[in-house]
Amino acid sequence: MQFKLPLFPEQASKIAPQVDALYLFLVLVTTFFSLLVALLILFFAIKYKKAPGRKAEQIHGSTLLEIIWTVIPLGISMVIFLWGAAVYFHIERPPANAMQVYGVGKQWMWKFEYPGGQREINSLHVPTGRPVKITLISQDVIHDLFIPAFRVKNDVLPSRYTSVWFEATQPGTYHLFCSQYCGTKHSGMIGEVTVMKPEEFESWLESGKAEGSMAANGEKLFQQFGCTTCHRPDSGARGPNLEGLYGRPVRLQDDRVIVADDNYIRESILNPNAKIVSGFQPIMPTFQGVVSEEGLLQIIAYIKSMGEQQGQPLNNRSTPTQIRDSEVPNIQQQMKQNSKQKPSGKQP
Amino acid sequence: MSTAITAVQPQVMPAKHYLNDNYGIRSWLLTKDHKRIAVLYLISITFFFFIGGLFAAMIRLELLTPAGDLFQSDTYNKLFTMHGINMIFFFLIPSVPAVLGNFVLPIMVGAKDLAFPKINLMSWYLYIGGALFSLATMVSGGVDTGWTFYTPLSSGFVRTHVILMAVGILIVGFSSIFTGLNFIVTVHRMRCPGMTWGRLPLFVWSNYAASLIMVLGTPVLAITLILLALERGFHIGIFDPALGGDPVLFQHMFWFYSHPAVYIMILPGMGVISEIITCFSRKRVFGYFFVAFSSIAIAVFGFVVWAHHMFVAGVSVYSAMVFSLLSFAVAIPSAVKVFNWTATMYKGEVSFETPMLYAIGFIGLFTIGGLTGLFLAALGTDVHIHDTYFVIAHFHYVMVGGMVMAYIGGLHFWWPKMTGRTYPEGWAKLAALITFIGFNLTFFPQFILGYLGMPRRYHSYPEEFQVLNVLSSAGASVLAVGFILPLIYLLWSMRYGEVAGPNPWKATGLEWETSSPPPTHNFEMTPVVTTEPYAYGDEEGTVVP
Amino acid sequence: MSHSQTTTTEHHPALAHQFDSLEQQKDASMLGMWAFLLTEIMMFGGLFAAYLIYRLRYYEAFVAGSTSIAVTLGAVNTLVLIGSSLTMALAVSAAQRGAQKVLRGFIVATMLLGLVFLGIKAVEYHEKYVEHHIPGGVFGKFGPTDIEKDLQEKDHKTPEAAAQIARQTEIFFCFYFAMTGLHAFHMLIGFGLMTWLLWLSRGNRFGPDYYTPVELGGLYWHFVDIVWIFLFPLLYLISRTQGAH
Ligand code: HEA
Ligand code: HEA
Ligand code: HEC
Ligand code: CUA
Ligand SMILES: [Cu+2]
Repeated sequence: MQFKLPLFPEQASKIAPQVDALYLFLVLVTTFFSLLVALLILFFAIKYKKAPGRKAEQIHGSTLLEIIWTVIPLGISMVIFLWGAAVYFHIERPPANAMQVYGVGKQWMWKFEYPGGQREINSLHVPTGRPVKITLISQDVIHDLFIPAFRVKNDVLPSRYTSVWFEATQPGTYHLFCSQYCGTKHSGMIGEVTVMKPEEFESWLESGKAEGSMAANGEKLFQQFGCTTCHRPDSGARGPNLEGLYGRPVRLQDDRVIVADDNYIRESILNPNAKIVSGFQPIMPTFQGVVSEEGLLQIIAYIKSMGEQQGQPLNNRSTPTQIRDSEVPNIQQQMKQNSKQKPSGKQP
Repeated sequence: MSTAITAVQPQVMPAKHYLNDNYGIRSWLLTKDHKRIAVLYLISITFFFFIGGLFAAMIRLELLTPAGDLFQSDTYNKLFTMHGINMIFFFLIPSVPAVLGNFVLPIMVGAKDLAFPKINLMSWYLYIGGALFSLATMVSGGVDTGWTFYTPLSSGFVRTHVILMAVGILIVGFSSIFTGLNFIVTVHRMRCPGMTWGRLPLFVWSNYAASLIMVLGTPVLAITLILLALERGFHIGIFDPALGGDPVLFQHMFWFYSHPAVYIMILPGMGVISEIITCFSRKRVFGYFFVAFSSIAIAVFGFVVWAHHMFVAGVSVYSAMVFSLLSFAVAIPSAVKVFNWTATMYKGEVSFETPMLYAIGFIGLFTIGGLTGLFLAALGTDVHIHDTYFVIAHFHYVMVGGMVMAYIGGLHFWWPKMTGRTYPEGWAKLAALITFIGFNLTFFPQFILGYLGMPRRYHSYPEEFQVLNVLSSAGASVLAVGFILPLIYLLWSMRYGEVAGPNPWKATGLEWETSSPPPTHNFEMTPVVTTEPYAYGDEEGTVVP
Repeated sequence: MSHSQTTTTEHHPALAHQFDSLEQQKDASMLGMWAFLLTEIMMFGGLFAAYLIYRLRYYEAFVAGSTSIAVTLGAVNTLVLIGSSLTMALAVSAAQRGAQKVLRGFIVATMLLGLVFLGIKAVEYHEKYVEHHIPGGVFGKFGPTDIEKDLQEKDHKTPEAAAQIARQTEIFFCFYFAMTGLHAFHMLIGFGLMTWLLWLSRGNRFGPDYYTPVELGGLYWHFVDIVWIFLFPLLYLISRTQGAH
């Protein structure tokens, strides 16, 4: 048994110090009140220890004291609440310019894919100094992506996309856990996050070429599943034009307006009847059980890229920037091998 | 005080009491006497406590080393699942209410029995019925879903006997519904003359509050488990995303019961503490009204915070904020209680018999456990520590450090009443000390582990967590000694303990006015209450026969 | 509820030992029953809440499912059940008067009406079975269901949309069976209670000062009726106006 006794986790993301500050404040509050109560009890126990000749003084209570010890904890807990909520807002809201990574959880492994098409299993490479957003979906049961050094986690649901985002600050290798119990090998559903300096990350991306970018693969699927029969770019098509759809508000048949995000597109493909685009007939068949989760992510990546290739989103709300295909060098197989052999020790 | 005088008076056992009223197995299995039913519960939940403890011991053994080398991962998963289920549904929820509450609550309000003795007996049979299902599940291989049964894992993926276990919990749930129902009606309708709401002992108040939760919350668990069983048996699609269902809905329904249930698991314990602290400080409780009312407040607020278990499960940011805010609100009444207990000791005549040691232990450990609940209720920190050992440490502090301490303390407190004999004080003090040390050694390192990021329900873990885990496992074996000791000396005392007499602690409260053990109908004559509760220092006593 | 009565009935044979008076006994029993009904409300409440959530989510499927079930049978059943509530109320008043024969007659009538209800329910279930509208993996296995055809023909849905909506009605039927099934189960418990009451009334023990068991049985039976009064519109009626036919 090696004698390692860490008492505090590494801080490797921008949010980590903020979470830790709140944590330390809470430790302080806890220590203060625990000591207060313990010392009072100890003091009373000694001072008022049963002794012959002294009788207990019967006191009924004091409304003033009751008010004091209601209001003070209430005040302190409101501070904690607001502080906690502020940090949570930060954790839950990915910035628009975050670099996209897609993750699929399944019993019992993690699969990640970069827009450039690079894939990894149970391992994730990210650069420092750049927000990274991982869009997550599960293929079977609920999992949870947890990176302690970044202080982030989110459940990975089988029914809809969730996401985790962070901005890594310290190069190194960190744990990646599944922290939602998911069956037999739950504790084996672990991996490593390797944080690299931006330049190294770029060359790492470079070194692992894939067969094609996610969008390119998505385009293939788009053709293979016959989406093009209805969603041709020319306007005579039976289905709506998907160019620039991503991030744009969509008017539905019942006059609701909904922003076309990942979950909307996913639903449109798996359960097209749920939300009908205004002006169209519900003739789109469901692709439930036909397209794999990875395939869906690729199709979404493709639909995302469609507007951008044109360079003109159809609405004036700014579409989130992401790595364009052009920015991401096409890398292949080698990368897969990279991810299979465990990175040795801490990477610079 | 008349301590010196009574001490020399030799105490004798009453000629006729509930234990020797009649004999034979039938007289026990068909009894409608709440005191005998309490004893039946005592035996059955002790059994489940040690089964649960055995599982805990196996968990801690496995976690001695980082590699999962002692058990298969499936076995480990079954261990913590059965540990959680047995400890919660078959031990902790019935512990204080069904044993201590059953025994003393009717006496405390001056009643001859609970309002519905037959239903009370039926509750015990329901408990046994559910327990048999649980045992059947264990014998046939256990379940490995976690005590939370999250879908779709439990409904479509694991291959163990989930339905069997769900039915067991469903049945034992009805047992707890009927106990709650009995308590509510007894408190409303069976109080003796003069026992006004403002004179109820705080133990009664807190059990009343817990009963409200049992009656209102448990049926929701029942319907949730029914849906789960249907989903698993017939694959009907309510929780299955592939069929359009929503797996997160299960979590909402589960926690709608299971959060309030954690207050079923603490409120009765808080009542025990109020009794013990006043008795061994020889003082009126500080702020009676606030302590009583805070129980009700906890019960009511407890129903609106369930989604704090789901902050990272995909609930919206705004509903997360609402649930976080409410979770802080529910902490305030607990704070009020802690401060009032502490203030009760002020200017008292404090003595340190075993129940008081447990009570003081409770206050300290519950405070730590409760305050670490704030770490979890705070959104920013919960994201990091959710589903890590921090949560494990939090709830063992409140459940073991809190409720189990209260239960054992209460058991010692009322033991003379239940058996007519006192336990060996020296051994009992030693056991309390061992428990306290062992407990902290077991669970304090888990807070650190949790913040370091060790996820819960892990069969193997990274090496750097080993030292803390070894500490924890070492603590568990100390803790085991602390729990086995009382088992031995309490059993011993039933035969060899000193005869206690009706009121060994010189406590107030109607249960101390009748003989120990009490007669079958509790009182020789219907008592009439003329003073407020905890009238320590009033020499006349409470009862004018 | 005169107080003199409580003293004279001190040794009433029906007075259980833990109570001081029949009045206290009755109060306790009534409160217990109400508390129990509260737990029942929470139990059905959980199911109702889940039903409403899914109804919002799969609105069209729920409309289609709801309009496909036999509203006339449901309506008849509602009347039958209301009738049984009436006979039950009459039974309670007979017990109050101490008219044991009348009491037994009305209890039997209540049970008969309950049986009619369950019979009609069975007919409905059988209908669902024939139409393959039962959850558990048979949906869509036997070709398009009636619902799917109706959606296409009467609502002029596209075949794709009709297929999808029809597929999703499975969830509606899950709830239909879970809710009506749980309700029917409560009726069965009710039969048990009625039988017990019949058995109790043999000894002619009910009269002006002791009829609590009958009253409790009545409360329970009315509760089961009321649940149906909520179930009927929620399952059968709520979507009629939206349905195209
Ligand atoms: C007896 C059982 C019990 C009790 C009493 C509590 C009490 C509390 N619990 Fe705990 N809890 C559990 C049992 C219990 N819990 C269990 C079993 C789980 C995990 C389930 C699972 O996932 O398996 C859990 C999980 C859990 C979570 C979810 C964590 C997660 O999974 O991410 C949260 C989040 O908010 C939480 C919060 C609280 C709070 C705020 C209280 C409060 O009621 C505490 C109030 C008490 C105090 C605050 C201390 C006294 C106060 C003072 C001395 C004064 C100072 C006070 C202030 C400054 C406010 N608990
Ligand atoms: C009432 C509730 C209760 C009680 C009393 C306990 C008591 C204990 N619990 Fe438990 N625990 C839970 C409720 C409870 N627990 C729940 C709900 C979970 C979550 C389950 C889930 O995730 O689904 C859990 C999970 C849990 C875990 C986490 C497992 C995991 O996530 O992988 C651990 C790990 O240390 C643990 C340890 C212990 C220990 C050491 C005790 C000790 O206090 C027990 C001490 C008692 C004994 C040891 C028994 C007496 C002795 C013997 C029978 C002789 C043999 C013993 C030895 C030789 C050592 N518990
Ligand atoms: C038979 C024709 C048809 C096919 C094939 C088809 N679609 Fe559609 N699709 C439609 C129609 C019509 C709509 C608009 C009505 C609606 O929302 O259902 C639509 C809507 C959509 C939308 C929402 C568009 C918006 O503007 O909000 C997305 C995304 C989409 N389809 C993606 C796909 C993908 C991906 C595929 C292939 C895997 C595909 N579709 C195949 C006809 C089709
Ligand atoms: Cu995946 Cu745990
Ligand atoms: Cu909770």
